[in-house]
Amino acid sequence: MEELQGRWHDLDRLLLRPGNLVGPGFEPCAELRDLLQNDCKVLVIGAGGLGCELLKDLALSGFGNIDVIDMDTIDVSNLNRQFLFRIHDVGKPKAQVAADRIMQRVKGVMVTAHFCRIEEKDVDFYRQFQIIMLGLDSLEARSYINSVVCSFLEYEPDGGLDYSTIKPMVDGGTEGFKGHARVILPGVTPCFQCTLWLFPPQITFPLCTLAETPRSPAHCIEYVHLIQWGQDRVGEKFDSDSPEHMKWIFEQAVKRATQFCISGVTYSLTQGVVKNIIPAIASTNAIVSAVCALEALKIATMCSKGMDNYMMYVGTQGVYTHTVSYEKDPNCIMCSPGVPIEVDCSCTLQECIDTLLNDQRFKAKLSRPSVSFQGTNLYMQAPPILEELTRPNLRLSLLSLMGGNPSGGVLNINDKKLHGVLRVRVSFSKEMDTT
Amino acid sequence: MVLVSPLLLACIRAFLDWTQVDLIQRTTFFIMIKLFSVKQKQKEAAESGSGGPPIKKQSPGELRVQKDISELNLAKTTSIAFPHGKDNLLSFEITIQPDEGYYQGGTFVFSFQIPNLYPHEAPKVKCRTKVYHPNIDLDGNVCLNILREDWKPVLSINSIIYGLQYLFLDPNPDDPLNHEAAQVLRDHPWQFEANVRKSISGGYVGGHHFPRLI
Repeated sequence: MEELQGRWHDLDRLLLRPGNLVGPGFEPCAELRDLLQNDCKVLVIGAGGLGCELLKDLALSGFGNIDVIDMDTIDVSNLNRQFLFRIHDVGKPKAQVAADRIMQRVKGVMVTAHFCRIEEKDVDFYRQFQIIMLGLDSLEARSYINSVVCSFLEYEPDGGLDYSTIKPMVDGGTEGFKGHARVILPGVTPCFQCTLWLFPPQITFPLCTLAETPRSPAHCIEYVHLIQWGQDRVGEKFDSDSPEHMKWIFEQAVKRATQFCISGVTYSLTQGVVKNIIPAIASTNAIVSAVCALEALKIATMCSKGMDNYMMYVGTQGVYTHTVSYEKDPNCIMCSPGVPIEVDCSCTLQECIDTLLNDQRFKAKLSRPSVSFQGTNLYMQAPPILEELTRPNLRLSLLSLMGGNPSGGVLNINDKKLHGVLRVRVSFSKEMDTT
Repeated sequence: MVLVSPLLLACIRAFLDWTQVDLIQRTTFFIMIKLFSVKQKQKEAAESGSGGPPIKKQSPGELRVQKDISELNLAKTTSIAFPHGKDNLLSFEITIQPDEGYYQGGTFVFSFQIPNLYPHEAPKVKCRTKVYHPNIDLDGNVCLNILREDWKPVLSINSIIYGLQYLFLDPNPDDPLNHEAAQVLRDHPWQFEANVRKSISGGYVGGHHFPRLI
């Protein structure tokens, strides 16, 4: 296929000319396009409504190496907005079809598809990319990726952040006519965990209302989903991706609604309630994705200053956008550096706890600390059964409890006097005695 | 690969006037420089081969439940067990043995499943003991407001345990999940009491057999 003449004309206008709004150190040159096309590796997570737009936007913005990961297969209901898919693609993996279609349409772009869950890839998979783009619909998946990129962060001996360990993420999200785009530089701008409160809590109905006094079609659907399924289909695990299961829920919900003189139970409402789906609007995806792709371009080339750090978009009446600079949570359990302490490499867990208790910085905050490291409970003050199980650790060397890594790591400290988890970054003062 | 000289030049210039550049732009600048750096490529190649021990990643839910568990304040009528060992706090069992009220002397086991997004999402709690109770159905679903519509991230495992204990002290016939039990409690409290005794002694109530708990 011939490369379209002038395909990179607009990109070159950004990369080859100086300007007032360029980022620090931006020097217009042709090598920047080279960098985008050959050296910069971008990962797109999700090949759904937003993912299709992101892949198209990135490919047309000059990114030449794109990976895409998605665990879903194409459903007929996706076709109205997930424009890379055709009717004969139904049932095929989204990631693969999207990758193939982009490569057919944009010459020279290499798109690698990964048809799997994000948890199936190891940490090194995510490490190889310069930028990670998120086109996801769940908070859970965002939270998982967030914990991966935050685990990359390393600090200099003087406590300063090692900038080379930052993995920038650009996140897009849409819900009907509303959307957001945000840039996350873990360790510098707020991560998902810092601003978890931005996400509204799920709407849940009281179980007794569902059982006794249903008043809306959603009540009837939730009753069948949460209570009746367990009674009628004992031992069967409900799978929201199974059409048979969904149809059963729908049919039973209709029966229940009739019984309580409630109207309005439809199959799509059933799907909406059970899977928590909000109708997707194609133009919202397009706008949010365009903002995200532009931010990726800025991060990679510095052709303009980056967004700081969260843009919301509302398209219900006209086009409204607002950009807010959210602040990092200095005590974030995911991205904060942790309070540095130095202990001797022969130090036991008990001695480490004593050091913490005697440290002026923690004095008023700690009385009976519990200590854990990467999911292992080193010492738990309560309940008694865990205290007993973890007590023998007190006499063991902290270095070995922390996996024998002489560069140390982060301990999580819990104490009744603390509001949240206290992160303590331990470093060991002497080299291990090898004799 | 080609090392771009204008960029290195720019790098030096930017360092000269570093105070003028805010932190975020500075960071993205570093990231861009990293993209260009040959050294970085080599470093990554070296790392990908060796790689230290795999890091066990913790979900926010795990971190928070660690705090909750380390601060548990269990009454003498309540105990906790960790069927999956001391390092899996995401699923555990709470056993309640009420020492007063209708259910005095019974032993009731609840399973707790902590979601990865805890405390943004509430724990999933089921009653593993078949019980005749207006607010617990025969499949173990529990109607407790703080488990669903009134859950707030400031609540904790302790709050839920208090709530469960309270359900045994003061069953609430107005928000029923077991309709028959609720009606009996509302209309004939003495009959309800007899039914509860019968159920926890291992008898039949309303055609359902209940396990012997005392």
